Amino acid sequence: MNAIEICGATKVFNRGRSNEVNALAEINLTVEPGEFITLIGPSGCGKSTLLRLIGSLIAPSSGQVQVHGKAAEQARLDRDYGMAFQTAGLFDWRTVAKNIELPLELMGWSRTKRRARSAEMLELVKLAEFAKHHPRELSGGMQQRVAIARALAFSPVLLLMDEPFGALDEMTREHMQVELLRIWEQTDTTVVFVTHSIPEAVFLSTRVVVMSARPGAIAANIAVDLDDRGVALRDDPAFFKKVTEVRTALREAEA
Amino acid sequence: MNSARITNTAKSFSAPIVAGLVIFGVWQGALGLLDPDGFVLPAPIEIVAALVDNWDAVSQGARITGFVVVSGLGVGIVLGVLAALLVTRFRAANETITPLAVAINAVPIIALAPIFNNWFGLTSPRSNQAIVVALVFFPIFINTARGLTQVDRSQIELMESYAASRSRIAREVRIPNAMPYFFTALKLATSLAVIAAIVAEYFGGRQDALGPIITQSAGLTRYDTAWAAVLAGTAIGAVLYFGAVLLERLVMPWHLASRNGSHE
Amino acid sequence: MPSEDPLVRDQRSTQQATSEARRDALARMVRKTVTFVVFLALLAGLYTGYKAFGQAIDDAQQDWAVVGSVLPRTDNLNMPPLSEIFGQFGETPGGQDQIYIKILFDEALFTLREAAVGFVVGLIIGMAIALVLAQWRRLEQGLLPYVIASQTIPLIAIAPIIVIWGRKNFDVFPWEWQNWMSVAIIATYLTFFPVAVNGLRGLQAARPENKELMASYAANWGQTLWRLRLPASLPYLFAAFKIAATSSIVGAIVGEISAGVEGGLGRRILREAFNYTTGPDRLFASVLGAAVLGIFVFLVVIGVERLVVGRQGKGAVV
Repeated sequence: MNAIEICGATKVFNRGRSNEVNALAEINLTVEPGEFITLIGPSGCGKSTLLRLIGSLIAPSSGQVQVHGKAAEQARLDRDYGMAFQTAGLFDWRTVAKNIELPLELMGWSRTKRRARSAEMLELVKLAEFAKHHPRELSGGMQQRVAIARALAFSPVLLLMDEPFGALDEMTREHMQVELLRIWEQTDTTVVFVTHSIPEAVFLSTRVVVMSARPGAIAANIAVDLDDRGVALRDDPAFFKKVTEVRTALREAEA
Repeated sequence: MNSARITNTAKSFSAPIVAGLVIFGVWQGALGLLDPDGFVLPAPIEIVAALVDNWDAVSQGARITGFVVVSGLGVGIVLGVLAALLVTRFRAANETITPLAVAINAVPIIALAPIFNNWFGLTSPRSNQAIVVALVFFPIFINTARGLTQVDRSQIELMESYAASRSRIAREVRIPNAMPYFFTALKLATSLAVIAAIVAEYFGGRQDALGPIITQSAGLTRYDTAWAAVLAGTAIGAVLYFGAVLLERLVMPWHLASRNGSHE
Repeated sequence: MPSEDPLVRDQRSTQQATSEARRDALARMVRKTVTFVVFLALLAGLYTGYKAFGQAIDDAQQDWAVVGSVLPRTDNLNMPPLSEIFGQFGETPGGQDQIYIKILFDEALFTLREAAVGFVVGLIIGMAIALVLAQWRRLEQGLLPYVIASQTIPLIAIAPIIVIWGRKNFDVFPWEWQNWMSVAIIATYLTFFPVAVNGLRGLQAARPENKELMASYAANWGQTLWRLRLPASLPYLFAAFKIAATSSIVGAIVGEISAGVEGGLGRRILREAFNYTTGPDRLFASVLGAAVLGIFVFLVVIGVERLVVGRQGKGAVV
């Protein structure tokens, strides 16, 4: 069964009003389990909208979105999604550990199980000694790692990430990419990742989905079959070749 | 675009009108249940009738109280803004004096009324004005000082990079930034001023002002007259409040625009 | 090699910054206390100095237009010396068997009870209004103008009517209706408004990405309210509580004065104002008592805020 199956989905905002926006036109997309796909495109191409359609945070104007064979809405009610946003979006009033436990509380986990899992997740993102700190005491990169730990805490089958590293500096960003890949390989979730950065898209994903704007549409699907995604990959000619390929596709999409 | 805006405006006006009709309907209707003799809380119509019957006394009282309110409000605003401008010029002064003002603002200033009466004369309106001034001064001062200092650091740095003078920075950055803070306090101060004036009038001042009319009518169990005087006080407060709102919209059209833009 | 890791370096500087921030907070508190004491001393100096200045003019038999008309007279009747005002706290007024400060303390407790009941009821009503208005946009549009307009009604002015009304209409309760409860109604009226307005703003203040997060967890209305919207509104609510706490004291004092309730600081101030010529220092002392009560409840709210909002409030302090 496919992880995600989108059939002819469209999205029109403010239909029938003067400020009507045709955000997405006829999207068809299939994602297999365990894939790491990246949505990339110029601003206003609807990549965040597409991500929210998959996550059932907004409903399509027409067409269908299915996740693991059920409607996206049902998948959300079944708590199949983990989400991470451009800003960490942590709750200031909760400690780091309590932030990670938030989805677990909502799912009715027992206190001991929650404690164990948040400790485990903090190990995973290398923040164990910050469990009792409050988000505002952490740097931006650390907050973003907590947000990712929170998204992964209940082992969702689908991880939706909206430019999660967009606000980080280059060094931290590259570290976070390596961390994310490590976690992805350990947990075999399916990831949909929105980004502006071509190298980030190529480095992370098994497939890059290139989008064009006004109205948002899929312009190209570029498979990335690079093995050994370590630090050395960034200097590899094969990596650069893929980057060029994506860049060309983006330029064609804009033309 | 225009027709959408007109329907929106119509909608935003119709909701309060409908709600108002419901409120007065419930009021008039509930009286039969809660207070069958119409003894304490008269029906809206009776209040209006009492207002018409006692128009001379109530309008005279409203003039006297209104003068105390407006003059006290004016002096309080001017003093509050001047103090804020002065204190925020000096960082150290601001950091010590403003928190103190916040603490003093927690003092029930109305309790000073009997002392002020002795200071300024029992029958003189000046003691009532002094209470209004004291009550208006603190919120205006505190909020304006806050608005003048809680400025986005990068905006100041931008101005400094243009080698703008201090007064220029104040005019371009600090004062516009203080506007919403000031108007928040101003709206609060309008209703505070009316309450302060009427309560201060209990302790002294002219005997034909609204405060004495209310207490005397209530003492004679002429509640409809008391309520008519309260209505007059409400009218003063409402005129000043909506005057402040209007002024806010005129002075800060951008503030309104950003609020409207945040509709989902 | 681990020290080269930017993540680790980042963490170390963060821990350092945290402990520095705590030390700074302590230093700030000490500085605040010191300034407050200095300020009180300055205030006392100003009072005494102005009085001495005025006395000097009087002694010289000069008629000076400002003192005594725009500024208060400085004789002992209008401005009792500070030593007498403070000395009054330790004295036993005629016909009483307690020292004055103990009497004031008991009166303050009486007023505090009215204010506290009014505050709590006002808080419940204000929050209920905020929740309802936050839930239905149409209702917010329709009712918010009236919530605001309600504050232009000087309800405090009709305290005597409320006392009669309370006695007449609240006999439905299992307990006997007492006059101080009517005063609490006045405190309630002044309290609910800031809570309703700020509560509404606070409930609407949750960040969109946090709302989306809760939606992605399929959290229901109650869960979103309890875990996101209420905590997010706390900074707004505490700003309202500070105003409301002060207002509840004002409402209680004024209510006592105009409602003819026996007991309470307001009543005490009224009585001392009556006996002003024989004991002006007692009026000043009782007004000081009211000031202390007002600042006390304000500090209580700030203390509770520190406890509840704690470290997260760092960016949002007043």
